[in-house]
Amino acid sequence: MADIILNKIYVKVWRQNSPKAKGRFETYQVENVSQGTSFLEMIDILNDKLIREGKDPIAFDHDCREGICGMCSMYVNGHAHGPDTEVTTCQLHMRKFSEGQTIVVEPWRAAAFPVIKDVMVDRTAFEKIQQAGGYVSVNTGGVPDGNVILIGQDDAEEAMDAAACIGCGACVATCKNSSAMLFVAAKVSQLAKLPQGKIEAKKRAKAMVAKMDELGFGSCTNTGGCELACPKSISIAHIARLNREYLSAKLSD
Amino acid sequence: MSSFLSASIGRKFLMSITGLFLISFLCIHLTLNLFLTFDDTGTLFNLAANFMATNPFIRIMEPLLALGFIIHIIWSGWITLENMRARPQKYAYGDQLLSWWAPAKNMFILGFMVLIFLIIHISNFWIKMKLTGDPLLKDVVVDGVEMHNAYALVSNLFLSRWYDLLYVAGGILIGLHISHGFWSAFQTIGFSNQIWLKRLKFLAIAIGIVFAAGFSYIPLYFMIKF
Amino acid sequence: MSDLNSKIPSGPIAEKWTNHKAKIKVVSPANKRKLDVIVVGTGLAGASAAASLAELGYNVTAFCYQDSPRRAHSIAAQGGINAAKNYQNDNDSVYRLFYDTIKGGDYRAREANVHRLAEVSPNIIDQCVAQGVPFAREYGGTLSNRSFGGVLVSRTFYARGQTGQQLLLGAYSALNRQIHEGTVKMYTRHEMLDLVVVEGKARGVIVRDMVSGEIKRFGAHAVVLATGGYGNVFFLSTNAMGCNASASWVAYKKGAFFANPCYVQIHPTCIPVHGSQQSKLTLMSESLRNDGRVWVPARKEDAEKLRKGEINPNDIADENRDFYLERRYPSYGNLVPRDVASRAAKERCDAGFGVNKEGMAVFLDFKYAIQRLGKDTIAKRYGNLFQMYEKITDVDPYKEPMQIYPAIHYTMGGTWVDYNLMTSIPGLYSLGEANFSDHGANRLGASALMQGLADGYFVLPYTIGDYLGSEIMTPRISTNLPEFEAAEKAVMTKLEMLFNIKGKTPVDHFHKKLGAILWDHVGMSRNEAGLKQAIDEIKKLRKEFYADLLVPGELKNVNPELEKAGRMADFLELGELLARDALNRKESCGGHFREESATEEGEAKRDDENFAYVAAWEYKGVDTEPALHKEELVFETIALTQRSYK
Repeated sequence: MADIILNKIYVKVWRQNSPKAKGRFETYQVENVSQGTSFLEMIDILNDKLIREGKDPIAFDHDCREGICGMCSMYVNGHAHGPDTEVTTCQLHMRKFSEGQTIVVEPWRAAAFPVIKDVMVDRTAFEKIQQAGGYVSVNTGGVPDGNVILIGQDDAEEAMDAAACIGCGACVATCKNSSAMLFVAAKVSQLAKLPQGKIEAKKRAKAMVAKMDELGFGSCTNTGGCELACPKSISIAHIARLNREYLSAKLSD
Repeated sequence: MSSFLSASIGRKFLMSITGLFLISFLCIHLTLNLFLTFDDTGTLFNLAANFMATNPFIRIMEPLLALGFIIHIIWSGWITLENMRARPQKYAYGDQLLSWWAPAKNMFILGFMVLIFLIIHISNFWIKMKLTGDPLLKDVVVDGVEMHNAYALVSNLFLSRWYDLLYVAGGILIGLHISHGFWSAFQTIGFSNQIWLKRLKFLAIAIGIVFAAGFSYIPLYFMIKF
Repeated sequence: MSDLNSKIPSGPIAEKWTNHKAKIKVVSPANKRKLDVIVVGTGLAGASAAASLAELGYNVTAFCYQDSPRRAHSIAAQGGINAAKNYQNDNDSVYRLFYDTIKGGDYRAREANVHRLAEVSPNIIDQCVAQGVPFAREYGGTLSNRSFGGVLVSRTFYARGQTGQQLLLGAYSALNRQIHEGTVKMYTRHEMLDLVVVEGKARGVIVRDMVSGEIKRFGAHAVVLATGGYGNVFFLSTNAMGCNASASWVAYKKGAFFANPCYVQIHPTCIPVHGSQQSKLTLMSESLRNDGRVWVPARKEDAEKLRKGEINPNDIADENRDFYLERRYPSYGNLVPRDVASRAAKERCDAGFGVNKEGMAVFLDFKYAIQRLGKDTIAKRYGNLFQMYEKITDVDPYKEPMQIYPAIHYTMGGTWVDYNLMTSIPGLYSLGEANFSDHGANRLGASALMQGLADGYFVLPYTIGDYLGSEIMTPRISTNLPEFEAAEKAVMTKLEMLFNIKGKTPVDHFHKKLGAILWDHVGMSRNEAGLKQAIDEIKKLRKEFYADLLVPGELKNVNPELEKAGRMADFLELGELLARDALNRKESCGGHFREESATEEGEAKRDDENFAYVAAWEYKGVDTEPALHKEELVFETIALTQRSYK
């Protein structure tokens, strides 16, 4: 495992000082980056250099750096989370890039995800959708034993497939319509698949879709980009279930 | 109900229903048109055209079909406009996930091109047959029934190589549009899951190919034969 | 003896919690509406507490530094959550879970707390199922269990390799429901920078809006800290980048005692450090040790060749491999507890048998399991972990052994709390990893999630009533009180001071240095000289930090460097306390290994006579030695014995 060093690469990154400020691209040179380095560590190296040069470092969201918190959000060379499959930006490694390459880094672009600073965006819209109905209405305590309601393994697995969503927003970022359908579908589908969530399924689907529409996301045209970009490979079959839930809810109004 | 039809999923639902309706119309349309190639005297085609023109059920369906087209077109424009508004600032690097020509990414453009083709097509045939008339359409008698000689109008048009090519293009555009539209419609009305998604996608491509090949075959047939 | 009142109820262990609940105060619904509670942190403990308190009727204000409560680092827990359900009919019970936890913690946890934890553990599973958490199920539809290190029964519930995520999403959804109902006011991207104490009681917090840079005041009748552990003091750890100890630390400086900081858990199966540019370490689930065999070359020359990349691990014949865990611990083998496995790896690497370029890695080999069970079975069990490993290292674990090395993972120590989870400041509570916890000197796998949720769902909602019951006459806390004024000013002064140093060196540089000092001297193996040296070095580093720090950007804007600087200032003090506590504890126990206190075979040796106590430290000033308060640990139920895994 010889460690290959990239002597020189270029990072062309979106700089925007505040939500209202006008943004622009800036290109920076980064030297001596091992291909074993993660993409965000490469940005760390660049930021260290910028700070020492008296410049403002690039603001970006990141936290767990192991692909589960969903905080990191960069659109790298035309791909949400960069040119690798089933990874978040933090799991992207420099071995996906080559010597002398210019890497273009953009924030998630969507009306519903305004830029806060540089490549950091505001995903409060996702919070609002979840708050509109992404839950089962039970209080703490007073619930039946976990094994009272049996759930078939297939149903549990399918619910888990949907529940794997990390809420990163790559689906919205990738969708040509900036649609949040995969995100909404993941939650609606997870809970609709389980008897505990089934009770409020109709109310939930209506409330979450209404909120999604209100927040300015586009509508789904079944392009399928979302499932390709999704770091957790959540299938658009869940969108079909959301549609089904929503339509049956609306038709029984 | 009004909130349903303006909600994102409701709008898409309308697109799906009208789309599937239009596909079912195209099935009949293609079947009848293929009669053009079975009988070079044109009798078979004229009979079929006359049936379509006189059958009361078809007469009722005609305005519905028009309505289907209109809704499909207007709603697509509305959805596209809203979707463009959902991303005011585009990516500099673009989107590298699907190839640029993928029908899934280009449904509006494909639909728009189909619309242009449709306008030409309607002015070539429907307007002449129903409204303005045409010298080529002078009546023929088949089995004692008087009817338009629709075959003459069609075969005459297809003598033009430009029109042949235009119609081949039209067929391919429709095929591409449907290769996404068909499964997409089922997905939107909720008839899909992990297993059916694959089947429907396969079926959509198969139907797309059938339409593209079927509709292109007719002008090509005239091109080669005459 | 103890000068700390831990408020442990009297009576037999199994009845303590029930009796306690019967005796403590309850606040009426009408009065709950008038009481405000602040919850800082929205991981398992924070989110579950905020939601449960709001359901009861309290007015809750919650804060997290992430852009969503769902991103708290509880989300990264992979393996599972323990509960004494005995669904497997394998003779599990509340007592057995209690016993395992006390023993696993090397007899340094409070019996009463641990028993309560075991008692409420079944309720947690029921609660999560009701929320729609998709736990793994059997074909018949019942809940599935797996077994975990250090125990004899199968009591771990799981949701693939994402149990933490699913439990957190459950708590998050409960929290969202309350936000929707208006009973919780949620502030994301807000970081707590100070605690406000009024007349000896916790009455509010000072936070910084991480988007606008604005400093804000919030008042409440009680403040709950659920802000996680301090593992990031080591710089490299499995914690998230933003994990920090500042909330606990400001509480410490305002009078909340800090307990057992030297109890740090080092997880044996992490992906090794790669070069100097690494920012964090990734954990590979402990479950891998069920089928993987741990080894290093038996011959030093092979290890040297591996380090130079001259040979491939597969070139080394079986007879030239040293399966050191199986050799040293024949009965537990590769499944020894975390602390033991970690120290054994360090011992081999220190002896010159490390296998990566840095000489700081051992192999975890699945060749044997693949031969025995077939690739498909292994793929089904660990497929996602193997894929993750390959994404990070570019090595295919199906073909080549994984490289692993221990890394800082969890901190058992934390803010001292009594049985009610109240700190030594009245009205200030600490939950989850943030408190000094129920895990003693070492935490068992799948118990962190259990504790976080137990505290938030089933302990605090009861115990907080006992305090708030006497606060019903207290009106809404005004943030115009001079204490708020002073706290806000202190925060501003600190930020401005850090910002205005304008030295030459970015924060991370200091953080890496601190991490190296701690890892070298206060890591897996500690001794008196090293600890003293660490304290000196940290003091020096602190001086350097305040002289040469460079914070770019603006005070009133998004400024991650400023955030890091503030946290770093606290870490520089906490690191010293960590070393000081390790120095004080002249015994080895759990995650704390003092070279002076070892058996002849090099195993940890406890000293129950002198150290069966909780070391709670009281702040006396930055450059003044803290005061030590001892809470004697009384073992009424379980007899103290030396752990053995031979």
